[in-house]
Amino acid sequence: MNFEGYRRLDGKVGTRNYVLVIPSVGCSQSVARDIAQGLKGVVYLPNILGCGQVGEDRTLVKKTLVGFGMHPNVFSVLIVGLGCEHLAAQEVREAIVPTGKRVESIVIQDIGGSRKTVALGRKIVKEMREDAQKLDREPIPLNELILGTECGGSDYTSGLASNPAVGAACDMLVSEGGTVILSETPELIGAEHLLAKRARTPEIARQLLEAVAWWEQKAMAAGENIRKANPSPGNIAGGITTLEEKSLGCIYKAGTSPLEEVIPYASYPTKKGLVYMDTPAHDIEQLTGMVAGGVQVVLFTTGRGTPIGSPIAPVVKITGNRETYVKMKDNMDVDVSRILEGKEKASSAGKRIFEEFRSVASGKATKAEKQAQRDFCIFKMNMNI
Amino acid sequence: MRRTAQVIVINEKDNVATTLKGLSVGAEVSVEFQGGLQKIRLLSDIPMGHKFALKDMEEGEAIIKYGEPIGKSTARISRGEHVHVHNVVSQPRGELR
Repeated sequence: MNFEGYRRLDGKVGTRNYVLVIPSVGCSQSVARDIAQGLKGVVYLPNILGCGQVGEDRTLVKKTLVGFGMHPNVFSVLIVGLGCEHLAAQEVREAIVPTGKRVESIVIQDIGGSRKTVALGRKIVKEMREDAQKLDREPIPLNELILGTECGGSDYTSGLASNPAVGAACDMLVSEGGTVILSETPELIGAEHLLAKRARTPEIARQLLEAVAWWEQKAMAAGENIRKANPSPGNIAGGITTLEEKSLGCIYKAGTSPLEEVIPYASYPTKKGLVYMDTPAHDIEQLTGMVAGGVQVVLFTTGRGTPIGSPIAPVVKITGNRETYVKMKDNMDVDVSRILEGKEKASSAGKRIFEEFRSVASGKATKAEKQAQRDFCIFKMNMNI
Repeated sequence: MRRTAQVIVINEKDNVATTLKGLSVGAEVSVEFQGGLQKIRLLSDIPMGHKFALKDMEEGEAIIKYGEPIGKSTARISRGEHVHVHNVVSQPRGELR
């Protein structure tokens, strides 16, 4: 089965065709914003990092920014630097060049201030946009699609309706040879051994359990015992009996396929099928990590409703809560509440979701895109200096 | 075809159902379970979002929801009985514990 996508020079496939402006440091963020301002098809990353991060964090910031620049949903890239930052615009540019796409970098201190840089930047991105508009979509097999899964603003409908329905859609994509990313490690705690049993090899199971242990110890050092604090008294009153039950409700959204690989934050999967990315549960940091790793469409389940979106990847909102769907129609894409009325099976809702993300991959705008909801936040472990 | 609007069974391997509204002791509910529509009489009041047993279970048996064990029974549980923290214990990390 196919969708309509953009074939890139490096062989990868985009579901969108953006010109992306990346500030390599927070100090050039406003200039990057003004360069993209009002130009349809041009977006920028509201990045506040790039200077003052140490050790692993410095690596993570560069990796994430480069991941967005290399992303197949991006046609061309303009990097905007200040000139004295740790992460130089040129360094980000060089890492993106191997994709073959046009990548330029400009530096505010060299050009001489904001106004001149904005003027030059706008000239460059307008040229890029003109070239982008010449490219047409073409039929692409679904096995080249990498789907991200996420949940946020959950309520009782998430574990009973939207997550099982999205899980059914994910199983359908995997049977088409596609890739599904599951993430948010802190939410695995309590059911990690059940997911580990689905690992293709003992090594993959070990990597998953190690990722969980890392988060658990990190939280413990900060005074939070995730395993003891869950399920919360409110969860128990609502009918959730054990931590396994709570965590399984979350994991179920990625379906029931074997686990093929465990990858670090913002990394590109090397396997097809179900792949685990080690990310925080923080909605925007998780979304940013998955998109930096090449996810072209995200399925996002919510009970209470959320407007969250990505600068370069469409995010499809699915809710099992009818009231939320009606009340937050601006933000919700798919209503699966009929599952809870016994009028639709999760498997048939899954088919609808499958068709929806195929349309979205082929260009249909999501509610988050219509609202220009472009959230971006890079995960880091330590303080800035 | 008649639909079961009062309760939901997530996975075909599950041995518990979750209620979609509060149900009273003695109520008879229809549940799709093991490929057929079964009638189960509730032995306890079951608040919304809580679980009841689809079959009789021995002490120490795995409680299955989402097709996976969510814990172990700490007493015999009869078909139609409330399944919750009073008769289920978590098995964190599975056999590692």
